Amino acid sequence: MLIKTKKSWELSENEVTSEALFNRRRDFMKLSGAALALGYMPATAWAVLEQFTQQIADAPNTRTLDEKLNSFEDITSYNNFYELGTAKGDPIRNADALQTDPWSIEVGGECDNPGTYAIEDLIDFNALEERIYRMRCVEAWSMVIPWVGVSLSTMLNKMAPNSNAKYVAFETIYDRDRPLPGQRSRALDWPYREGLRIDEAMHPLTMMAVGIYGKPLPNQSGAPLRLVVPWKYGFKGIKSITKINFTETQPQTSWNMSAPREYGFYSNVNPEVNHPRWSQANERRIGEFFRRDTLMFNGYAEEVASMYDGMDLSTNY
Amino acid sequence: MQISQQWVTPIRILLHLLCAGPAIYLLYSTFFGSLGVNPVETLTHQTGIWAIRILLISLAITPLRQLLSLPKLVLYRRLIGLWAFFYALAHFIIYLTFDLSFSFSRVLEDVIQRPYITAGFTALVLLVPLAVTSTNGWQRRLKRNWSKLHKIVYVVGIAAVLHFVWLRKGFQIEPLVYAAILAILFSVRAWNSLKK
Repeated sequence: MLIKTKKSWELSENEVTSEALFNRRRDFMKLSGAALALGYMPATAWAVLEQFTQQIADAPNTRTLDEKLNSFEDITSYNNFYELGTAKGDPIRNADALQTDPWSIEVGGECDNPGTYAIEDLIDFNALEERIYRMRCVEAWSMVIPWVGVSLSTMLNKMAPNSNAKYVAFETIYDRDRPLPGQRSRALDWPYREGLRIDEAMHPLTMMAVGIYGKPLPNQSGAPLRLVVPWKYGFKGIKSITKINFTETQPQTSWNMSAPREYGFYSNVNPEVNHPRWSQANERRIGEFFRRDTLMFNGYAEEVASMYDGMDLSTNY
Repeated sequence: MQISQQWVTPIRILLHLLCAGPAIYLLYSTFFGSLGVNPVETLTHQTGIWAIRILLISLAITPLRQLLSLPKLVLYRRLIGLWAFFYALAHFIIYLTFDLSFSFSRVLEDVIQRPYITAGFTALVLLVPLAVTSTNGWQRRLKRNWSKLHKIVYVVGIAAVLHFVWLRKGFQIEPLVYAAILAILFSVRAWNSLKK
């Protein structure tokens, strides 16, 4: 039922060239001029996900949720993506500053297949799924989002992590010489860093997303690929990933580096462990006025709680 | 330079309109559904930021009187201060309604456990006696104690800015700009009283 609804407006959308795409083509014209002058041509014409528009649109739904979905507009205009600015409206406003083409992912550390990969080498675009997950921000608001992507495990397996790989570390795009608008301020220690324990990374719920609502991820949502870990606070879902590193020791993560008392490595959604500055017992679902109770592990306890058996969640926050 | 008598009332009306502006705009946006993706957050943030801005303007009146040799500016200090209280109260009511569903036990929990709310709540509570005693009658009755009492506004200023600085994530410039303005206003006062 849901897929049909999606497809009906998908078609009408596809007939129109969006203003953003139109502008990107103009950028491409300029770029290709420069490229010709330098004697090379970029591998693909425009934003790296555009070539997979059809596969993203066709991804079958494999997980539903009996809660009202947030609109595409809500999901893509109210974002925390400090690389593009700290206000919620900054990322969409500055979205064009993020260049996603060309894009490559540098894989290293404790694995048998390190190297530099193109996105299609890591993600099987013919195996994309749509999954509807809750997204709970550490700031106590939440949304329900239909992601399109693959299980992170399918991607990591191609890199063949070895037995020393106890953790996976991720980094967001950062070019010191050409910082994104938000990276000019010291809001965080760039690049943005995130990490998961290997069992968390391999968990079937953990997803690498390339789309929302059957459309390629817009830049403000972390194009071209971003992590989705639905039982953790939203900031664990690192965006616009350029580096993946397998490590034996727990990697550093940006918010933990910035305020260790407030943001732990695990950052599992937990209504019983408050943020030092605010309560995590409840949340505002975007679209609602009053708050609703926050669920243990964001409602995914049945599937993930066993990974934390025997751990004190109030110290391992 | 001096404000001539004929301009006193028009300036007063203009200031009321300027101070009411953000509230009117927010009401308009609420009515037409243009508060954005998270309307409650917009209302909370906007009433809070305007409370601080107007409070800082009210704190700037005394230094400005001296700097510009415009003693009559004092005629507008009460008006501006009361508008700051209006926004602070609206800010609190929105938080009480939508964040805490009118649960006073949760207000208490927040005030005790969360320093930024302790600071914000302190600022609001301390504004109450200032608003109540802002009338001419109370000013007469309290005589010299009135200006002593109203020195509390410095504490309000510090508490309000701390509230703002402490609630942001990461290192952010905006709240620090307000802290810097407050520091400048305090330095001007300190400098002026030293000169005397």
